[in-house]
Amino acid sequence: MEIFHNPNFNFVKYRWPALILSWIIIAAGIATIYVKGLPLGVEFSEGTVVVLEFAQTPSIDRVRAAVGGSFGGGENIVVQTYGPATDRRIMVRVPDAGRESGGELSQSAEQIERGVRAANLGEFKVVSTEIVGPTVGADLTRKGLLAFGLSLFFILLYIWFRFQLSFAVGATIATLHDVLVTLAFLVFFRFDISLNVIAALLTMTGYSTNDTIVIFDRVRENLRGTRRDNLVDLVNSSINQTLNRTLITGGTAFLAVIALFFLGGEVLKGFAFTMIVGMITGTYSRIYIAAAIVTFWPHGKGGARIAASAPPTAAKAGPTARQRKSGRSVRAS
Amino acid sequence: MNNFRWRFLLIVVIVGACLWAIIPPDQKIRLGLDLKGGVHLVLRVNTDDALRLETSTAAESLREELEKAGVTGVTVTVASPTQFQVSGVPPGQDAALRTAATALQTTFDRESVPGAFTFTMKPNRQVQLRDEAVVQAQQTIDRRVNDLGVSEPVVARQGGASGDQLLVQLPGVSDVPRAKEIIRSTAMLELKMVEQGPSATKEGLLQASGGQVPPHLDVVPGVEEAQPGERPGTVYYLVQKTPVVTGRDLRNARPSLDSYNQPAVGFSLNQEGARKFGKATGENVGRQLAIVLDGQVRSAPRIDSRITDEGIIHGSFTQQEAADLSLVLRSGALPASLTYLEERTIGPSLGADSIRKGIVASLLSLAMVIVFMLVFYRLSGVNAVVALILNLIILLGAMAYINAAMTLPGIAGFILTMGMGVDSNVLIFERIKEELAAQRGVRASINAGFSRVFLTLVDTHLSALIGAAFLFQFGTGPIQGFATTLFFGLVSNLFTSTFVSKTLFEMVLAKRQVESLSI
Repeated sequence: MEIFHNPNFNFVKYRWPALILSWIIIAAGIATIYVKGLPLGVEFSEGTVVVLEFAQTPSIDRVRAAVGGSFGGGENIVVQTYGPATDRRIMVRVPDAGRESGGELSQSAEQIERGVRAANLGEFKVVSTEIVGPTVGADLTRKGLLAFGLSLFFILLYIWFRFQLSFAVGATIATLHDVLVTLAFLVFFRFDISLNVIAALLTMTGYSTNDTIVIFDRVRENLRGTRRDNLVDLVNSSINQTLNRTLITGGTAFLAVIALFFLGGEVLKGFAFTMIVGMITGTYSRIYIAAAIVTFWPHGKGGARIAASAPPTAAKAGPTARQRKSGRSVRAS
Repeated sequence: MNNFRWRFLLIVVIVGACLWAIIPPDQKIRLGLDLKGGVHLVLRVNTDDALRLETSTAAESLREELEKAGVTGVTVTVASPTQFQVSGVPPGQDAALRTAATALQTTFDRESVPGAFTFTMKPNRQVQLRDEAVVQAQQTIDRRVNDLGVSEPVVARQGGASGDQLLVQLPGVSDVPRAKEIIRSTAMLELKMVEQGPSATKEGLLQASGGQVPPHLDVVPGVEEAQPGERPGTVYYLVQKTPVVTGRDLRNARPSLDSYNQPAVGFSLNQEGARKFGKATGENVGRQLAIVLDGQVRSAPRIDSRITDEGIIHGSFTQQEAADLSLVLRSGALPASLTYLEERTIGPSLGADSIRKGIVASLLSLAMVIVFMLVFYRLSGVNAVVALILNLIILLGAMAYINAAMTLPGIAGFILTMGMGVDSNVLIFERIKEELAAQRGVRASINAGFSRVFLTLVDTHLSALIGAAFLFQFGTGPIQGFATTLFFGLVSNLFTSTFVSKTLFEMVLAKRQVESLSI
């Protein structure tokens, strides 16, 4: 079975409008973050989350009123249903934890429980609590940013070593683009940036790089071939040659994440949403950002000159990689 | 010529070993806190306490040395956890002070202006003490949670070798406040001779000594000895600064009953402790001995006769409190106080819910992927499905071998591994199709497909592994579970999608001459 037989779409032709569209989304995202703030999960800010399971689900407003009394009006309190209605669970989040020194950390959690109990909303039990003091939050944010920056940097180095600088820059910018677009969507849909979401962002980054490498690999292979087309055509045909694979794997992975989104339960919802957005933008960015940057890169005309203008490390890596590969194919056949 | 036999054997051995590691799954696969329920705590060891203790001990011993040397009118004040000052040293007595301070040379730096000296703890000693405090706290907490009967607890240091944070995970614990209290109680037991008291006010206590606390004594608050049912008030005792015995001299502690048949804690001393205790009680018959716990006098019984190795701590305990106090006394005192920084509690019902949903989502994903591959690649799809399932078995086996816990993000990692696995197969199959379209033979196309795509797969997997490595570094708890799953998933995927899948093709090709490929 095949989706497209010898596809030949002119993807690269639309690189300019595509770039503009991306930046509109990113700009809108940044503007939203600027206005509304980044919805950081409790792990990264400071605060208390309590999930309550009721015998009979009360209205959100009544729970909010019950909790709000002891947290000064309750403007910053988040009260929402947690999971499907049949679970009868309600999540309450307040932006502060008990003081780290002196007072008990669990003060706010107890306060929430007392408030709800006093409001007479029927039988309930606390099914989970999550309390994060300011130290841990700040720590985690720092470590998270560091982990992200470092992994991006080392992936850049790796691609530079295996391919060449223009490819590495293309892949890195495409990844940054994906992260920004996904963040924008997370903000639009008010998903909390939790630890799970960060894990999804990092995974998505891996996926997006993965796909970019598949295309780049084909570009590299075509560069070595006998044809000496101009670079734009070459990149375009590489995208077309890998198009079936892109659609099939994109499709199956997408199926998996959709299942996670609808059936994985409340805890994994943010994770799955991030992956869904990330996969869509990743499929697009590998063509319109990563590949486009390679075509914009000042290589001179024609693919043959790429190796000559490439930095010494990449130039050195090229032939060795080729030797290694030919060695392998001998063994394999 | 065909070496697929030993390859096949290798695959069977690996998969067999992994199957053996995971059957039966409900016993062999360790569940993380988010699936099992329990409490996850991050706490900070306030290492300043340990430094302050060392500094004040040093200050006290220097004061005693000066007293012995006949240097009078000197005040010793502890200025900070790492610094104390000696002032009012009479002119011409500097030399005597230097002699008295020789014992402190290895641990403290000395600076002086005329008549006054400042002692600051050496930086390397500070680092050493802080480190020791965290290690000791970790060991103590470990003993306590083991004593509590928690199965598979985790007590680990966080933030590298110089970190002052401890991560404590207690699966299955539902009484969180009690667990927190047991972990945190300092449990510093000291038995000190009483000089004055009890007295209802500090002023009353110090009347005899002219309103001043004598240098070698301390004022310690305590609870009034009340009959059962009465509400005890606060009283004060004037006690010796140096304890007769401390918690370190304990051999055992256990819940027991006092003479009013109220819950109490009985303790026994080790040999060294019994010797010191016997000597002190023998010399001080008729006087009161204060039992000081965490800076508070629990009781101050009169010494009726020489006691060697047994004692009892009483004062309005419930049975539970007496049991908990025995537990923390047995495990030893914490070298420093603790502060809770983070707390997550997952009820067992929520955990069971998550695991059910996670498994349903995974199975559905798996089913969809299998159907898709079979429809799309027909017989070759069977190959891909076998590779995919072996991939999952190997991944589970690897997790079981290193005893990694399965977490909710870990389940997500499984689903993603499935995605990666399919991707590898699709890459290879699409390539084989291309080669077939270029009118090559079946065998040549398969070989070309695998060998050409292999390098791509190495590149994609290595860059994903870089991501997983950093995720593991940064991750706490659940995220680490995700990174672990991703890591092993990537490695096993590289194995199944190339090695296993190719071997399966070769087995089919070896049996007969194949004219066309069902792909």
